[in-house]
Amino acid sequence: MQSKSPDQARKFSARTLLCSALSLVLLASAQPGFADVPPTAKVNTTGLAVADTEVTVGQLHSATGTMAISETGSIQAEQLAIDQINAMGGVLGRKVKVIKEDGASDWPTFAEKSKKLLVNDHVAAVFGCWTSASRKAVLPIFEKENGMLYYPTFYEGLEQSKNVVYTGQEATQQILWSLDWAKNEKKAKSFFLIGSDYIWPRTSMKIARKHIENFQKGKVVGEEYYPLGNTNFNSLINKIKIAKPDVIFAAVVGGSNVAFYKQLKAAGITADKQMLLTLSVTEDEALGIGGENLAGFYSSMKYFESLTNDNNKKFVAAFKAKYGPKSVIGDVTQAAYLGPWIWKAAVEKAGSFDVDKVAAATPGIEVKIAPEGYVKVHQNHHLWSKARIGMAQADGQFKVVAESPELIEPNPFPKGYQ
Amino acid sequence: MNKIFEQFGTHRHAALILLMLLLAVVLPLGLDIFRLNLIGKYLSYSFVAVGLVMLWGYGGILSLGQGVYFGLGGYCMAMFLKLEASDPVSTKIQTTPGIPDFMDWNQITALPLLWQPFRHLPLALLAVVLVPGLLAFVLGVAMFKRRVSGVYFAIMTQAVALILSVLIIGQQGYTGGVNGITDLKTLLGWDIRTDRAHYILYFVNVALLGLVILGCQWIQQSKLGTLLLAMRDKEDRVRFSGYDVASFRTFVFCLAAALAAIGGAMFTLQVGFMSPSFVGIVPSIELVIFTAIGGRMSLIGAVYGTLLVNLGKTYFSESFPDLWLFLMAALFIGVVMAFPDGLAGIYSARIRPWLLNRRGIQAASSVTQAGNPARP
Amino acid sequence: MSPSELFNIVIMQGFAGFSLFSVLLLMGLGLAIIFGQMGVINMAHGEFMTIGAYTIYLASHLSETFAPGLMPYYFPPAILLAFIAAFAVGWLAEWLLIRHLYKRPLDTLLATWGLSLGMQQVFRSTFGPKEVSPTLPDWLLGSWSPMAGLDIPINGLFVMALTLVVCAVVFLAMFRSRWGLRVRATVANRAMANATGIDTRRTDRITYAIGCGIAGMAGAAFTTIGSTGPTSGSLYIVDAFLVVTFGGAASLLGTIASAFSISQVQSIAEFFLTGSMAKVLTLSLILLILMMRPQGLFASKVRR
Repeated sequence: MQSKSPDQARKFSARTLLCSALSLVLLASAQPGFADVPPTAKVNTTGLAVADTEVTVGQLHSATGTMAISETGSIQAEQLAIDQINAMGGVLGRKVKVIKEDGASDWPTFAEKSKKLLVNDHVAAVFGCWTSASRKAVLPIFEKENGMLYYPTFYEGLEQSKNVVYTGQEATQQILWSLDWAKNEKKAKSFFLIGSDYIWPRTSMKIARKHIENFQKGKVVGEEYYPLGNTNFNSLINKIKIAKPDVIFAAVVGGSNVAFYKQLKAAGITADKQMLLTLSVTEDEALGIGGENLAGFYSSMKYFESLTNDNNKKFVAAFKAKYGPKSVIGDVTQAAYLGPWIWKAAVEKAGSFDVDKVAAATPGIEVKIAPEGYVKVHQNHHLWSKARIGMAQADGQFKVVAESPELIEPNPFPKGYQ
Repeated sequence: MNKIFEQFGTHRHAALILLMLLLAVVLPLGLDIFRLNLIGKYLSYSFVAVGLVMLWGYGGILSLGQGVYFGLGGYCMAMFLKLEASDPVSTKIQTTPGIPDFMDWNQITALPLLWQPFRHLPLALLAVVLVPGLLAFVLGVAMFKRRVSGVYFAIMTQAVALILSVLIIGQQGYTGGVNGITDLKTLLGWDIRTDRAHYILYFVNVALLGLVILGCQWIQQSKLGTLLLAMRDKEDRVRFSGYDVASFRTFVFCLAAALAAIGGAMFTLQVGFMSPSFVGIVPSIELVIFTAIGGRMSLIGAVYGTLLVNLGKTYFSESFPDLWLFLMAALFIGVVMAFPDGLAGIYSARIRPWLLNRRGIQAASSVTQAGNPARP
Repeated sequence: MSPSELFNIVIMQGFAGFSLFSVLLLMGLGLAIIFGQMGVINMAHGEFMTIGAYTIYLASHLSETFAPGLMPYYFPPAILLAFIAAFAVGWLAEWLLIRHLYKRPLDTLLATWGLSLGMQQVFRSTFGPKEVSPTLPDWLLGSWSPMAGLDIPINGLFVMALTLVVCAVVFLAMFRSRWGLRVRATVANRAMANATGIDTRRTDRITYAIGCGIAGMAGAAFTTIGSTGPTSGSLYIVDAFLVVTFGGAASLLGTIASAFSISQVQSIAEFFLTGSMAKVLTLSLILLILMMRPQGLFASKVRR
């Protein structure tokens, strides 16, 4: 809860007189509370869908199509955060109302729906997108219509926009520290890089290769990309067997992911013989892969469901209460949960729903209740966050085996890695 | 000249005029620019559907890979626009300013040769039609000369779609990969993202569509159209009469490809990006579905079919986010089962006789003549 | 690399090729019956495979909850269950949809496309949008290692064995049973078959349902090597059609030959090239050969 600066002018109207009077009392005691509802005309000067009691936001994920598998967790987490915010009295005294749109795993549909949310519904913020391709499709629309997008997925970086807050890690945050960990703790010298064939794995592997070759003086013994949706990895596995890398460094996604790990296990590549570090397996993916096929492999994320801090215990309990005891929470799900909280804090800091003011207020926002511990928004609209290594367990959970000592600075345009 | 007008017949004309009135007057007056822009997007698909009426309805050749040509046309346009958006000033943070951003991310330091012609608008516009046309020509000659037809042709066009989408996604330094070519801004300095531009592009789109339909109607009425129908129904007899079936089929395949490409270019202009998701198999099948819903023998019906399916998709998914796939499924199955000739079939079987009866005119029309082909 | 290692790699790579062969064949077999023999373009083939996969998931779930002792044995009966489930849905689909469309084969494409959309949404509503992972019996996991450095995937062996059995049964049924005789007669000449007293409608319905049932078994078997989710079927549909067309649609033998050649080319190309390029190479080769032999590898001698 941000306090208002005392010199803020207040307009009185008959309708808000009571509220304002109450807020004056509260101001006098320097304790602004939930009843402090500023008039709509003041907090909304650009025609957003903000009423006296309600503010409308949009949610744009794939509820159908191939990406629904991954995006469902984000939809749930964002809804949970918004419910909690509403239970606390909303944002600037207004309940948050959500308009849900289905991107249907199709990038042009994402563009269409984002435009609908911004132009037709005038939403104050949009929580959404998952793949880079969907974000790239909607980005020009958010910049032109001046909307606010909270994007939850770890991604390749190389992007920065006033209209986007990236609540996931950019590539260097996820990769560099974990490679150093592999080198220092596991004495890894040779790496085999594997990814699905699109921009995130390719950029991630490019960064990884530069780091391994130029900074670690290690060796990359193979680099392979397979089409999205590929389900046959036996030839690749034989290539791995020939190359005998210390570490398999993998960023395989979607339906391919399951096939990859099942076939690795079937080919006798298990954790007792081979170290594997992945950028793309969270608890969500483990659900489909099956813990028995993953056990002992390492995953580099900023969040695992098994984190033991108090914030996370509360978050996990709330999530399971809402979505059932069997639901799991992955890294992106947690990042999606941060989105509404960052937006709320920025709106309250700015004292306005206006996108320009919210965007300007965003750097420096801290989320102290973040399940991952504590995060802070950087000047470049990415988050300062920790890197963690989790070891997969047979039940599909991860045991945290290493954690970066400090928050890692987001650096979407890393020098020396391009 | 009079004869041509007679050939066009009265009600074909009336239907086209009605469609144009709806698109150019009613919709722009009734809808805000956001919805109108959406209609414009759907209309860009209807170019493909019109091409499919010629190829499938009249030529009897089903292509399940029309997305390839739609995509190629769109990519040619997008490449020009992307180069214009990537001037050295706005890309100065890149390692190599002046090339598209995704090339810079993929360590490409100079504009590839493939992209060079797309610096010039006339060349790019030419490429919009020629590149897909040429591909269709090569494939058409190769396949029709060997008398590939029916389901085999359909599956082969699918294979082409699959290959091209894997290539585009794999060669991301040159094509933008799975993201496609995004963030297009201006056409010769004219900002295509403004409401005004959307209005203008919409009307250009409608006018082009009208011209294309007129052209196709003319082909249908000419000897060529008669021959196409004849080939569809009794290929051997036409061949024995001394006609080169393969050339005619190649022609109509190229025609459909070029029309699809024009649609693709209009899509890029109105939506502001191009993505490989159009080149794959699924969108190609959806394009066929638009045509089937409209009625595979009716050019006008194809436009209505495209509009109906897409409006249905938009409306259902906005209003019933959890159920919309069921509704779409019901729409497809319902139309196929109940109205095999699509919307046009409903019109010619139900509405038109009713209208004619009311006016006391004997029901006999060119649509019903052409609309009841022997099923392949 | 030592000679023994090279030997191992060659063996394993050969096995990879054969395992892909059996995967392709198994997914193509049901379609070869439906598309090849009946001419129905069944775009919902992948969804029938998904029915099989979810059947395995349900079976593993039930067995885990009610009879943990049976866990090692549930898999083979569950595959039969998958056949039955997909057979039943296929029978229903034929009765409701397909039988009205035999005279217009291209329309079956549209109707089954609608069917596949609907089925995907049913899966999503029933089992949730996320992927699930059936708990497989331990004997199906891991590898069989006859000597050091040589690992043969057990799930690959299992799929191979299943493919062999299904193939044998299909061939026996097709060429040694009354049903097969009726199917072949109907394919060759529907009117004549009808005239000789064959109930072609009933034959059609059973044939379609059997094709779906085999798809269900394939889907069940693929839970050992791939994912189980609402859209998993879409991963297989294109490959399945390619296999069947390439083989020459009306020939079961052609389907086998085509699955074999595609799998060998792809598996070898993947070994020497990168994954994406291998895919492009395989598809281009298929396209080229199909252009030269438009009726597929094994053309049927039926007059149309």
